[in-house]
Amino acid sequence: MVNLSCTRSGKVYLGMLFLLGIAPLLFQWTNQPFLLDLLSRGLIIGIAALSLNLILGYGGMISLGHVAYLGIGAYCVGIPAYYDVYDGWIHLSLAIVTCALFALITGAVSLRTKGVYFIMITMAFSQMIYFIFLSLEEYGADDGLVIYARSEFPVWMNMESAVSLYYWIFGLLILTLFFIHRLVRSRFGRVIIGSKYNDLRMQSLGFNTYGYRLTCYVISAVICGLAGVLLGNFTSFISPEMMSWTRSGELIFMVIIGGTGSLFGPLFGALSFLFLEEALSLITIYWHLIFGGLLIALVLFGKGGIDAWLRKLDK
Amino acid sequence: MTQTMRADSVLSIKSLCKNFGGIKATDDVSLSVSRGGIHAVIGPNGAGKTTLIAQLSGQITPDSGDIEFDGRSILRAGMAQRARAGLARSFQITSVFLEMTILENAMLAVQGAQGHSYRFWAPTHKDQGLADIAMDHLMTVGLHHRSGRIVSSISHGEQRQLEVAMALAMQPQMLLLDEPMAGMGKEETFRMIEILSLVGAEKTILMVEHDMDAVFSLADQLSVLVNGRVIATDSVAQIRSNPEVQKSYLGDSCA
Amino acid sequence: MDWNLLISQLVNSVQLGLLLFLLASGLTLIFGIMDFINLSHGSFYMMGAYFCGSIVAATGSFFAGIIVGLVGVFFLGALVEWLIARQLYKENHLDHVLVTFGLILVFDALVHIIWGPSGLSIPLPDFLNGQIQLGSLVFPIYRLVIIFGGLAVAGILYLLISRTRLGMLIRAGASDRDMVESLGININRLFLFVFALGAAMAGFAGMLIAPITEATIGMGNDIIIIAFVVVIVGGIGSIKGAFYVALMIGFIDTMSRSYLDDFLELLASTAAAETAAPAISAMLVYVLMAVVLAFKPTGLFPPTAGNR
Repeated sequence: MVNLSCTRSGKVYLGMLFLLGIAPLLFQWTNQPFLLDLLSRGLIIGIAALSLNLILGYGGMISLGHVAYLGIGAYCVGIPAYYDVYDGWIHLSLAIVTCALFALITGAVSLRTKGVYFIMITMAFSQMIYFIFLSLEEYGADDGLVIYARSEFPVWMNMESAVSLYYWIFGLLILTLFFIHRLVRSRFGRVIIGSKYNDLRMQSLGFNTYGYRLTCYVISAVICGLAGVLLGNFTSFISPEMMSWTRSGELIFMVIIGGTGSLFGPLFGALSFLFLEEALSLITIYWHLIFGGLLIALVLFGKGGIDAWLRKLDK
Repeated sequence: MTQTMRADSVLSIKSLCKNFGGIKATDDVSLSVSRGGIHAVIGPNGAGKTTLIAQLSGQITPDSGDIEFDGRSILRAGMAQRARAGLARSFQITSVFLEMTILENAMLAVQGAQGHSYRFWAPTHKDQGLADIAMDHLMTVGLHHRSGRIVSSISHGEQRQLEVAMALAMQPQMLLLDEPMAGMGKEETFRMIEILSLVGAEKTILMVEHDMDAVFSLADQLSVLVNGRVIATDSVAQIRSNPEVQKSYLGDSCA
Repeated sequence: MDWNLLISQLVNSVQLGLLLFLLASGLTLIFGIMDFINLSHGSFYMMGAYFCGSIVAATGSFFAGIIVGLVGVFFLGALVEWLIARQLYKENHLDHVLVTFGLILVFDALVHIIWGPSGLSIPLPDFLNGQIQLGSLVFPIYRLVIIFGGLAVAGILYLLISRTRLGMLIRAGASDRDMVESLGININRLFLFVFALGAAMAGFAGMLIAPITEATIGMGNDIIIIAFVVVIVGGIGSIKGAFYVALMIGFIDTMSRSYLDDFLELLASTAAAETAAPAISAMLVYVLMAVVLAFKPTGLFPPTAGNR
């Protein structure tokens, strides 16, 4: 995808971004504020999925514990708020630092393993974080943590209202898309992609793949953590439930259904998933059954994702 | 079977041993490759040739012995380190990146030789300098006119040529080639022999190979590996007339 | 020093360890032999509990519940293998993750539909419900039953794997599938059996614990992670590893929950100890895993014949 506006799929992407940009206006016009909520949440999860795709789709690192960073980011809003610290810059910095540190430490251990070991160890680490927060009575544990005000930023960039928070989310989305787009085409990105295909080969070409992958892992974690900050502000109710490993499974599903190793794919995946979740739960409270069945069918009978389908438009 | 360690030997293997659960894959192997030469290692299947290359490139750790490259021991160095130190390897089973183009493959190899790749911003496909260097190496193996092809769509022989190009792109002092002619037809083999003799004029090569034609026309020195042991190391002519070698190896598949 | 508490916690450690072993052994066999990641292994744990509970409710007999429940989970495991797992052995791990994740959702939903949202309690027969006195110590009988049951299965499994022809095939199948096939063995049936056996053991663990904790939806989803940790730390494919590590983790987890706050109080204030202790004991098992993997990335007892 060299030039976004040239290809047909590129036009669809741009069109979609445009629509997302003016969404609040559309919703106001059609008097459906509920949809703004839905979309806000969808985009936050979309950013998390994009961050996961960086390591999973492009890098081949199948992490089953990525939502831990979403949770950490959210608690980086919740815990300071608990102590009446509402400064948004502090929330953001705290999220970046804690996610980077946690990713550095757990990544350093996890990335020494591969295949099945790697998947399980990432899941185990995220469970660890989940249980830690679950056992911290002070911050609500199972009952969760409620915050009463959003992260404070200068007036011109505040996130007080639903619309202003939406534009924060949209802004992070655009930044993430652009950043990942540049990253995967850079030298660094080529190493990551090469390591996914043949790690041994890359090492024999002189690349210390461990270091590159760890860096990529940390970057991905930080992006997810930033999404977590927005999530914390959005829900204002922060609980460990956000970080159970089954949520990581959902995140992986979004990346797969959207199309791995593609830029916009995970975004489609996240939006589709949430749409599906809403639609199915209107039909039955047992929507998990349908969803699980769909998942199984999807894997057994066909893959490629939405993005691959879109790319077929190019041919 | 003593090999005098000459002052200009690029690679010195000293009493290398590797056991796999009772089987001696590498049994006290010592040999020395002098600078600028092409040293071939031949032997029947299962002799331990690939295991030897794997230990030299750093993929497997030997149980005992030492490996000296350019006068320094590289025993503790990892694969990436050895590659950066100037020891390039090609693989017996083609390990090029199938989903990328020929040019992208070569550019990746050049990139590896150009210091660290912690550059997050500039797109590589716009990096003309990188592309130019890559094209040079592709030209050496004759793939430059096909540079835009996806590797999965080119022939096996061309993929092997790309393997060599990528090894060259690393600007190595020495090449470790694991059966470069593997799976090639007559014409492709011919072309590869041409390429390798060109390369061999400038670089030191240690080559594991089955194809006797190639070996006899390219190599200066031959080592014969049987059951993990080097039973003879000498010039091509001497090896051909060595009765022990004929008995254990050449005798059955006479060139 | 409260000896009663210590002894009873030690007993609990062994109990937890053996339950983990029952889960982990199936998991490690399935990983080791079929290279298949089964996230839904915990669902078999859950189904075992529910099957047993229903049978007990219907017949009043706890033993009927166990026997019929075991058979039920065994066949359920076979069904899952036949319909789903088998199609994916040659695919990559990501597919396994997704499919078995979907299975978890399906099982949890089915249980919800069939048995409803509240749990199912399993009453124990009177003679298992009491306590037994050994010397000056008093134990609940049932906990000893669990331990006995777990050890019995461990023993049977050990004999099966190391002394029978079937066990030899299983070990061979782990290292060289093609060779086993060329011997004329039907590898499909072997895999089917291994999968179903693993499921049955998981189900057995669920049945054993359910009278104490109740059968609940999703009961397997959290403990399965610990089972995964046991498998990783023990070494994928290693029953021996699973056994030792399961006991070790059972010990660490139980003991740290009981005694860590006391231990920490020696170092810090009571308030700090009380906040930190639960968090740290939650972390401990994972920290252990990280430390082991830092030095031995393939686990403590990786199966030999080095090809995994």
